[in-house]
Amino acid sequence: MLVHSRTGKWAAWAVFFVLFVPLFAVPLLVILAASFTTNWSGAFPSGPTTEHYAAATGGDSLQALTTSLITAVSASLLALTVGSWAALAATSLRRRGRRFLDALFMLPVAVPSVVVGLAVLVAFSKPPMLLNGTRWIVILAHTILVTAFAYSSVSAAIVRLDPMYEQAAASLGARPSYVLWRIKLPLLLPALTAAAGLCFALSMGELSATMMLYPPDWTPLPVQIFAATDRGSLFTGAAVAVVLMGTTLLVLLGVARIRTRASYR
Amino acid sequence: MTGGATGGIRFDQVSVAYGGNTVLDRLDLTVEPGEVMALLGPSGSGKTTALRAVAGFVQPASGRVYLGDRDVTGLPPHKRGIGMVVQQYALFPHMRVHDNVAFGLKARKAAKAEIPERVAEALELVGMAAYAERYPRELSGGQQQRVAIARALAIRPGVLLLDEPLSALDARLRSGMLAELARLHRELPDVSILYVTHDQVEALTLADRIAVMDKARLQDCGTPQELYRRPRTEFTASFVGNANLLPVTVADGADTVDFAGRALDVPTGEAAGGATATLCVRPHLVGLGDGPNALSGTIAEVQWRGSTHRLYVDVDGHRVKADLRELRETPALGDTVTLHFAAEDAVLLPAGTAPGTGGGAHA
Ligand SMILES: Nc1ncnc2c1ncn2[C@@H]1O[C@H](COP(=O)(O)OP(=O)(O)OP(=O)(O)O)[C@@H](O)[C@H]1O
Ligand SMILES: [Mg+2]
Repeated sequence: MLVHSRTGKWAAWAVFFVLFVPLFAVPLLVILAASFTTNWSGAFPSGPTTEHYAAATGGDSLQALTTSLITAVSASLLALTVGSWAALAATSLRRRGRRFLDALFMLPVAVPSVVVGLAVLVAFSKPPMLLNGTRWIVILAHTILVTAFAYSSVSAAIVRLDPMYEQAAASLGARPSYVLWRIKLPLLLPALTAAAGLCFALSMGELSATMMLYPPDWTPLPVQIFAATDRGSLFTGAAVAVVLMGTTLLVLLGVARIRTRASYR
Repeated sequence: MTGGATGGIRFDQVSVAYGGNTVLDRLDLTVEPGEVMALLGPSGSGKTTALRAVAGFVQPASGRVYLGDRDVTGLPPHKRGIGMVVQQYALFPHMRVHDNVAFGLKARKAAKAEIPERVAEALELVGMAAYAERYPRELSGGQQQRVAIARALAIRPGVLLLDEPLSALDARLRSGMLAELARLHRELPDVSILYVTHDQVEALTLADRIAVMDKARLQDCGTPQELYRRPRTEFTASFVGNANLLPVTVADGADTVDFAGRALDVPTGEAAGGATATLCVRPHLVGLGDGPNALSGTIAEVQWRGSTHRLYVDVDGHRVKADLRELRETPALGDTVTLHFAAEDAVLLPAGTAPGTGGGAHA
């Protein structure tokens, strides 16, 4: 932790708890508590129940969970492919071109996601590109939103990748494509999995653009949570939110396992 | 041989520039098939650049590079068929030792059945067969070094490029590896080796010929004996063997020069009387006490180096180095001593035969 004296260590922990507990832990704990509650009118919840989970893991909510998972997995795989490809291609560009590409991929992050949603809606509502009303428009919007993160984390890793590996491989007679598959991508694997996890988590939680685009048969979980709380079913919403958190965390843990296996130093 | 390249490297007027800054200036050099050529020079003299031009990682601004009789100047690196080992080894961290060694064979689509045998053979050659299953991070520096060499040799290249392969090793390991490289070359007599180093001991030990580089230029090229005993330039004399360089004037009489008012007997060869020249004497050929070509001066510094003493003596404002067998009684600073050297141990160089004489810093 870079703090060596004893009192310094204690102080660091104290600051950590003062900041972390109210900012991060308490809200999440409240959600968790709410999801097991039938009534929360006083300071503490009352009437413990698991009924909300029955709702949150069946019927519409289960459907929504699958929808979210499919959307997030497809969007992050697409984003990872496009983002890494662009990041790899950027290395062979001159500085000006690289800057342009950086700016291009940063655009969806700089623009509010509502605007991205609206833009996608307007752009794909007319033939020949009629995606409105299908699941594809949701996946597309998510892909656009998360590609920036894939691009920037992969290109940061490419910059750190020592060119000597690539050169050693080339001097041993490996074609550029062989170098890419056997050397560069494996060495970038930790960054790729980190990017995949990030994209997945972002897509799982995306609401604002999704709200503008989702067709009735493709309702992701965040929309479901929003709808539940909007109806006034706060505790059901909380249970669905816990399912969303749990699933996302589970997938991220899985990705992290691949990552530790893929890091060599 | 699947390496494709037959032995031998030829630089034909090769120049390399980075953004208008010439770092390799019209290099002309031929490495014969089966020859070990050391590229020796101070840091920044363009050695690595010359090597990279052979490997194909830098494109010459002008000139051609030949491997054997094939012009490879425009060829991408993976089509050149060379073996290369760099200072940091660059073993692929995500592959086990045997996969590292097999990499070149697989990349060149060697027959599948042949690969394990050739990997084993290459690892055997460098004595690393027992480590085939390890990852590079599980090896010591010297072991990584051997694997890097095995990987380069597995493709049976006609040309092996080594860029300061021993610089990451400690002194003991370095001399061991040096002997091993020499053995390796005896076992692979057809491979041409271009060996970049700034260490003159490595160059003298290993090389059939040494090319001395300074300031982007080839300064001198010859066998170690030639360069050591009969250097042609001041730069070579000071960089290879760290010679004493004394400014002298050639006297009119036969085989005599004038050094700060003293007459010294040295072979003057063709040098005309009255010409200025540089007298070159190796420190270990300078003796203490009276004798022929005596030079007296005051002790400026004494260094004990175990088996030898290095004396720095000021002779009329010129610093003369002498390496002497360990002295019983060390002279004190400021003592007046007399040094001498035999006429046949001195070489007379035309004055100003190198742009810089700064190599003396490598004591
Ligand atoms: N990619 C590059 N861009 C610009 N200048 C470079 C580049 N690579 C090398 N140089 C310059 O070229 C000159 C020669 O470099 P080179 O690496 O060939 O030296 P060297 O003789 O191998 O030195 P060393 O013994 O330190 O490795 C140096 O002045 C260096 O600064
Ligand atoms: Mg170098």
